[in-house]
Amino acid sequence: MALKMVKGSIDRMFDKNLQDLVRGIRNHKEDEAKYISQCIDEIKQELKQDNIAVKANAVCKLTYLQMLGYDISWAAFNIIEVMSASKFTFKRIGYLAASQCFHEGTDVIMLTTNQIRKDLSSPSQYDTGVALTGLSCFVTPDLARDLANDIMTLMSHTKPYIRKKAVLIMYKVFLKYPESLRPAFPRLKEKLEDPDPGVQSAAVNVICELARRNPKNYLSLAPLFFKLMTSSTNNWVLIKIIKLFGALTPLEPRLGKKLIEPLTNLIHSTSAMSLLYECVNTVIAVLISLSSGMPNHSASIQLCVQKLRILIEDSDQNLKYLGLLAMSKILRTHPKSVQAHKDLVLQCLDDKDESIRLRALDLLYGMVSKKNLVEIVKKLMSHVDKAEGTTYRDELLTKIIDICSQCNYQHITNFQWYISVLVELTRLEGTRHGHLIAAQMLDVAIRVKAIRKFAVSQMSALLDSAHLVASSTQRNGICEVLYAAAWICGEFSEHLQEPHQTLEAMLRPKVTTLPGHIQAVYVQNVVKLYASILQQKEQAAEPEAAQDVTQLMVDRLPQFVQSADLEVQERASCILQLVKHIQKLQAKDVPVAEEVSALFAGELNPVAPKAQKKVPVPEGLDLDAWINEPPSDSESEDEKPKGIFHEEEQRHAKQRLPEADEEELARRREARKQEQANNPFYIKSSPSPQKRYQDMPGVEHIPVVQIDLSVPLKVPGMPMSDQYVKLEEERRHRQRLEKGRKKKKTKEKGKPRRHGSLHTESDEDITPAQQVDIVTEEMPENALPSDEDDKDPNDPYRALDIDLDRPLADSEKLPVQKHRNVDASKCADKEDVPGVEKKAKKPKKKEKKHREKEREKTEKGKEKEGEDLDFWLSTTPLPAAAPALKSSKHKKKKHKKEKEEKSKDKKKSKKKPPSDEAAEPVENGALDEEPLPPMSSYCLLAENSYIRMTYDIQGSLQKDSQVTVSVVLENQSRSFLKNMELNVLDSLNARLARPEGSSVRDGVPVPFQLPPGISNEAQFVFTIQSIVMAQKLKGTLSFIAKNDEGSTHEKLDFKLHFSCTSYLVTTPCYSDAFAKLLESGDLSMSSIKVDGISMSFQNLLAKICFHHHFSVVERVDSCASMYSRSIQGHHVCLLMKKGEKSVSVDGKCSDSTLLSNLLEELKATLAKC
Amino acid sequence: MKRPEEIQQQIVRETFHLVLKRDDNICNFLEGGSLIGGPEYKLIYRHYATLYFVFCVDSSESELGILDLIQVFVETLDKCFENVCELDLIFHMDKVHYILQEVVMGGMVLETNMNEIVAQIEAQNRLEKSEGGLSAAPARAVSAVKNINLPEIPRNINIGDLNIKVPNLSQFV
Repeated sequence: MALKMVKGSIDRMFDKNLQDLVRGIRNHKEDEAKYISQCIDEIKQELKQDNIAVKANAVCKLTYLQMLGYDISWAAFNIIEVMSASKFTFKRIGYLAASQCFHEGTDVIMLTTNQIRKDLSSPSQYDTGVALTGLSCFVTPDLARDLANDIMTLMSHTKPYIRKKAVLIMYKVFLKYPESLRPAFPRLKEKLEDPDPGVQSAAVNVICELARRNPKNYLSLAPLFFKLMTSSTNNWVLIKIIKLFGALTPLEPRLGKKLIEPLTNLIHSTSAMSLLYECVNTVIAVLISLSSGMPNHSASIQLCVQKLRILIEDSDQNLKYLGLLAMSKILRTHPKSVQAHKDLVLQCLDDKDESIRLRALDLLYGMVSKKNLVEIVKKLMSHVDKAEGTTYRDELLTKIIDICSQCNYQHITNFQWYISVLVELTRLEGTRHGHLIAAQMLDVAIRVKAIRKFAVSQMSALLDSAHLVASSTQRNGICEVLYAAAWICGEFSEHLQEPHQTLEAMLRPKVTTLPGHIQAVYVQNVVKLYASILQQKEQAAEPEAAQDVTQLMVDRLPQFVQSADLEVQERASCILQLVKHIQKLQAKDVPVAEEVSALFAGELNPVAPKAQKKVPVPEGLDLDAWINEPPSDSESEDEKPKGIFHEEEQRHAKQRLPEADEEELARRREARKQEQANNPFYIKSSPSPQKRYQDMPGVEHIPVVQIDLSVPLKVPGMPMSDQYVKLEEERRHRQRLEKGRKKKKTKEKGKPRRHGSLHTESDEDITPAQQVDIVTEEMPENALPSDEDDKDPNDPYRALDIDLDRPLADSEKLPVQKHRNVDASKCADKEDVPGVEKKAKKPKKKEKKHREKEREKTEKGKEKEGEDLDFWLSTTPLPAAAPALKSSKHKKKKHKKEKEEKSKDKKKSKKKPPSDEAAEPVENGALDEEPLPPMSSYCLLAENSYIRMTYDIQGSLQKDSQVTVSVVLENQSRSFLKNMELNVLDSLNARLARPEGSSVRDGVPVPFQLPPGISNEAQFVFTIQSIVMAQKLKGTLSFIAKNDEGSTHEKLDFKLHFSCTSYLVTTPCYSDAFAKLLESGDLSMSSIKVDGISMSFQNLLAKICFHHHFSVVERVDSCASMYSRSIQGHHVCLLMKKGEKSVSVDGKCSDSTLLSNLLEELKATLAKC
Repeated sequence: MKRPEEIQQQIVRETFHLVLKRDDNICNFLEGGSLIGGPEYKLIYRHYATLYFVFCVDSSESELGILDLIQVFVETLDKCFENVCELDLIFHMDKVHYILQEVVMGGMVLETNMNEIVAQIEAQNRLEKSEGGLSAAPARAVSAVKNINLPEIPRNINIGDLNIKVPNLSQFV
């Protein structure tokens, strides 16, 4: 044995380790593949050995090779072997390899389940850690299901290192096994307030990731996150939370209102750019969700835009990029505020960084107006010429088209200019967006009737120029525009100046090199052209010329007949026969033009893309009904075919009927015409709106006549849209002059103008050159409203759209492996609730009861959650995050809120916001339950004629010996209160945290002043030694009251009461953990009973929860268990039972003094109910 | 979603080419191409001498935050390797992975506090040492001898480094 070991290590001297492998590969540059295959052979040998160290070394090398792109899945089993090694060194290598190469298709992965479970419960935290890390990379649905419970247990591990990893991996588990989300969620939520910042950050991370996908399920967590946001100092966590709020605000506008203030404060105060940026982003999201209803939101917009401008102007390209990105979000809702920074955006277009240029392009889209469109597009066109990369050039091209075509071409005043821009864009070689340009050409030519003549002349020039045909090699390339050009020239051939020339251009042999679908269009439109030429010639009585054209067709068409493209071939042969027939007729001197033109009579109208979908189902037609009843099983086989055959015959007969009746046909045609005439959506050809335009004044100024278009166009590559810029300017100038003249005499002419008297040229003043009466796309009559909401059914995150507020059902518990790993489960139990001894199972009786009352609980639970959120959103005053920074504006707002709250308190009225009242009974179905009176945790501290102080004490689980006292100071006098200073007489047990360097006798200054009638909140931190007893601290608030008569020095004494309740922090508790806690026997017990209680149990619970910081663990009828935790980690469990007129409370707590004091306080509260 | 090795390599190659041709004075974000999962994803990188560190993230991450995180990662490498250089990364790929795993786990940011990361790495290294490490003493002696003739110029440094990020790439999806 010993000998074998020695031999093993001697062998190993000659094994390569990872470093040798790397070095070897670097030394074999020429024959790397060969060298590596040699190494793989060696590795295979090593993997066959028994020595685990050798195996681990081999796997380590394999991981490296995997990184270089070599498949190592064949070694999966060996990897598992190394994973199960007992030494951490090897285990880690194994898990690393697994995380790199295992995936859902790896078949041996199921063998790892038990090994991973063993590692998860290993006493060494690093074994556990390594297993968690590995698992996070290759978790499969099966692994997730089998291990979910183990991982959930680890979330309460004693080591923060494990806790944070376990929390984080839960997200992966949820993704693979969505059923685990609900059972695990309470604990995950608990981890948001974990004392370790790493764990907290991980929990925030996971919840943010979940909430991003399904925000509505996480709205109820908003108060908790809000608290974290105002208390956390970890920027990473803050950023996550703020991003999360950005996702939540669209769902709950009230949340947005609450957020604006702390976010604005953060924007002002933070020095971290990343945080600032995220704050701005979320403020933008809030403002978008509010959009209206916030009186001073323009101030916030201004603040954001102003901060973003600073970012954009920064020399750091990253900030510039992000600034532009955020700016584009504002643009969507508040274009005006962004448009002011057009200069900046245009400047960014010249940036050397492509990402920044692209962002600036995005912004441009929203910045164009009628006034500046031409100028902006001109700038973009010059960039197109300069752009070196095709991606950026293509992006420019699409942006130009987007910008021009947005909102039904609303910014385009001169379509001739636009067409010439499009024509200019055809000079782009190698673009992938030929079809885009083509689509635009078609769209404009069809929908803007006035432009057709111009368009046709341009298109015929395009057909003439050879450069487009030459580029036909590329798919979707620029030759696509020929498709549009050919169609336009054919369809609107009546506008062609020299149809014959165009016809010849379209029949050139070179055309056959174009893609098939373009050739097909060529062939079809050649005939249209031909038809119109024939007509022309016949009218001019030039039969020879007509015959020449026919001859040309007969000569050239065969080249298309030989085409390999079926469509082209079919059309060409068809048409060739037709033309030959015409030729025969022509030879007999028969006039044919009329008949040929009749082939293409009528006008094509644009149809909306969704028209087909929106055709309504006619009344009485049930699409789901069977046309023929499906054959029932009882029916005999013989009868069936007969029946079908019979019916078919009947149908045939019916179809033939109408054909026979010519009269009937004519009648129907007439009826249809009538119907069309009455149909507002049908666009009739005769009284076109463009006709009216002919009569409009100012038509003569349209610059069509002035340009000799054919000349510049034949030289592709010469910019010509510039001409239009100049012409457009001239036109506008003329228009202005004309308007000035007209203004005095004519008011009935033209459109009524609102800003007629203004001299500056506003957007509305620019009348388009063409009457842009764009033909609207056709829609079927009574089109159905569209349901755009088509979500991707394959979205993996949809599975996680789970209602988290509903209490857990027993069936939802995570599967627990009970056999075998006895050690493991013991271990897990211990970690579950620290300091609790494991015991067997919980009583079965309870479980049964629990299930019985499941339904009822569901209702109650929902009601409670909903109320909590509403309550938080409506009444709680804002915690003062940074009081020193608050402006007086804030104070005023706050004051208002405060007052509202107070008035509610005073009246103790049961009135709630009307919407809530209306919705509530329907929602929870508990009609007999009286609504909860609004509650405030603030109670009176002291009051005199000058000032009124109310206070609330909050503890935090993160700081075990600190509480924060929030004091709301309200100025009740007409004096101005300043120099306020708060001081208390410290006791041995409780001290006020004073600024560094000040003595015990110094007070703590209040960081604000109070004008008359204003209130604000200040926070003071106290250090507490022991929390088991309540105590009172005497204190004084001193201040200077200043009014017209002068200023006086005043003071107000108070007694600050630290009840034991104030050391409790509402902590949700999982019912399992609660049961274990109760059974542990570590807790001392005490009970009280209070008589004469009239309040309903539901309200009683709510009151206790609110004022005494408890959370309900479970409620059954008039009995409830509740849990809370002190800042020093004492568990407090209560069992409340309600009798006829009395309530008894049994309490269990890790400290008996604390418990008895708490119960006394409870008693006092209950006595008031 | 794990991708096959060829795709991984292709991603690394393309990312490398994208990043390489960018000047130092332009922004450190690249919008996602089809290869890395579409427009929701971004490449965020930092450039240190001959090394590029590239993270691929989705929209739930803060861009500036990730830049900071890369800085933390690099500083951590620097601490763990005591003045890190490319050769350290090339020859100790496994260790780089272990360090990365303490920063990012399964595609999610695990820890941003450098001291915490370094402490955990060191604790694990101590644990490994106490177990005798992967290579037992005699092998190490041989390895020391081999180390004497160190190879010439580092090759494929950038690519090698980019490879670190592949787990991220695949795990964010």
